[in-house]
Amino acid sequence: MVFLEFEKPLENLYDQLEKIRQISEEGDIDVTDKIKELETKIKAKQKEIYSNLTGWQKVQLSRHPERPYTLHYIQQMCKKFVELHGDRKFKDDKAIVGGIGKINGQPLVFIGHQKGVNTKMRQYRNFGMANPEGYRKALRLMKMAERFGMPVICLIDTPGAFPGLEAEERGQAEAIARNLFEMAQLKVPILCYIIGEGASGGALGIGLGDRIFMLENTWYSVISPESCSSILWRSWDYKEQAADALKLTADHMLEFGLIDDIVKEPAGGAHMEPDKMVKTLKAHIKKNVAELMALGEEERIQHRLEKYSKMGQFDIAKAKNKK
Amino acid sequence: MGWFKRLKDGIQTTTKFKKEAPDGLWYQCKQCHETFTVKELKENFYICSKCEHHARIGSHDYFDLIFDGKFELLFEDIRSKDFLEFTDLKNYKDRLDVAWEKTDLTDAICVAHGKVGKRPLCIAAMDFSFIGGSMGSVVGERISRAVDHCIETMTPFMIISKSGGARMMESAFSLMQMAKTSTKLAQLSRAKVPYFSFMTDPTTGGVTASFAMLGDLNFAEPKALIGFAGPRVIKETIKRDLPEGFQRSEFLLDHGFLDFIVDRKELKTKIADLLFLFENKEEI
Repeated sequence: MVFLEFEKPLENLYDQLEKIRQISEEGDIDVTDKIKELETKIKAKQKEIYSNLTGWQKVQLSRHPERPYTLHYIQQMCKKFVELHGDRKFKDDKAIVGGIGKINGQPLVFIGHQKGVNTKMRQYRNFGMANPEGYRKALRLMKMAERFGMPVICLIDTPGAFPGLEAEERGQAEAIARNLFEMAQLKVPILCYIIGEGASGGALGIGLGDRIFMLENTWYSVISPESCSSILWRSWDYKEQAADALKLTADHMLEFGLIDDIVKEPAGGAHMEPDKMVKTLKAHIKKNVAELMALGEEERIQHRLEKYSKMGQFDIAKAKNKK
Repeated sequence: MGWFKRLKDGIQTTTKFKKEAPDGLWYQCKQCHETFTVKELKENFYICSKCEHHARIGSHDYFDLIFDGKFELLFEDIRSKDFLEFTDLKNYKDRLDVAWEKTDLTDAICVAHGKVGKRPLCIAAMDFSFIGGSMGSVVGERISRAVDHCIETMTPFMIISKSGGARMMESAFSLMQMAKTSTKLAQLSRAKVPYFSFMTDPTTGGVTASFAMLGDLNFAEPKALIGFAGPRVIKETIKRDLPEGFQRSEFLLDHGFLDFIVDRKELKTKIADLLFLFENKEEI
């Protein structure tokens, strides 16, 4: 198991538990009580640590190397899933995956950022940073979903769209903008889940929909805390302050009315009990798809247009008053 | 022969580049350093008469250049607020106060309704001098209301982009303005009202990745910087120098993301032509 800095008190307890388990396997000493005691201790400690996470700690949890990624969720949730590749224009982007799957008989089109599980795979997936062809593949799949009346499920987990030379040549900005424009008026339901990192336009490029959800230990912001620190503080050392200032946690986003719900994670985060997390997400998708399918096509689009028209915080000034 | 020899050179700057003058009277071209009177510059559409560099100008300068005389400002009463109580090295509230103080503007975008070649047009023009032309809730809301106004009156819409991107101090709210403006433009498109996107130096970040790239027609001023990621970030990512002309208007035209590039001197005529071409009325 990998423990983050603020999880160090837990590491100790888990080590003890592991040792006692070994002892019980080797000999005839009854350690059931001791194990129970330790487990209670772990639970209490977990509760203590995870109920008071700062913005930056949540950012760290969202990047936990053992956290489940898009394909894991899709493959575990669907009885059958076929991955589909390519944007039909230029290339197949490995940082955004997609395909058709079924949950309880309902065909769904899944789209999501994909990160790698080891160094080699992380490079292969470009660390979940998509190029324009990734967004265009996503749009191709959404258009197909629209033709066949299949709801679209987007799983978002990216440190941002890739800031490369070729990405600019092929129109990174146009690809993201086009997706926003088309997703605003797609005829089928769109559900978006932030399952890890939700960084800026790269996340939003597959993140506009009827309902937007965040898993408990994820973040969503216009910029990563690191980049924000480097621009506004002119140093990379203020990421903690930046994470607080950006108010990027799921709780904040729900409070601001910018997302619709928070999906609970198992104690300690999604990676502690991935199976439980998959189950929770599956049930959540099922419920929301059913609710959205009950609405008419035009009604759904109208709701979506109104939802986004309302986003923003501003004052109305008295005439001629500058402030 | 003199008695003394100068060992060090004196003033190094060539006198050609050193021309100090009181503010507001003279203008020095950022590109070729040629100096003009502000009056001369204005008469030449704010273009350097030596190197054709288009100086950065504000929303009201564009309104004066484009509209036939008078125009009406809209939605000026919408104001930014520090909803998140955002503090970095400065408070966002203080930044806003400074911007209001230093400029004649109420935010980074200004909406106006007028006529061009006798045909109605609604223009939303951005101002770089207001917190880097950054997009926050006010920019989103003004565009949103401008779109409603255009649908109601069936008036063609144009946005003049000039922005460093999203306004970080509004965090997720500024990010959602990308979604909001794109959603409103989808509504405009459904109502079959033409939308022209005119990009000027610079157009980057969330602005490019939303309304700037969504025009029925996309066009730009010559040599404007247009892109998603900034050149510095790209350079750091790929760890090599960027090619000459990278992310400039001509580069975007060549890669298929612009319909044409328009010199500021021809801007008004070009827009009038477009309004004429998009108008579906039988000629008498």
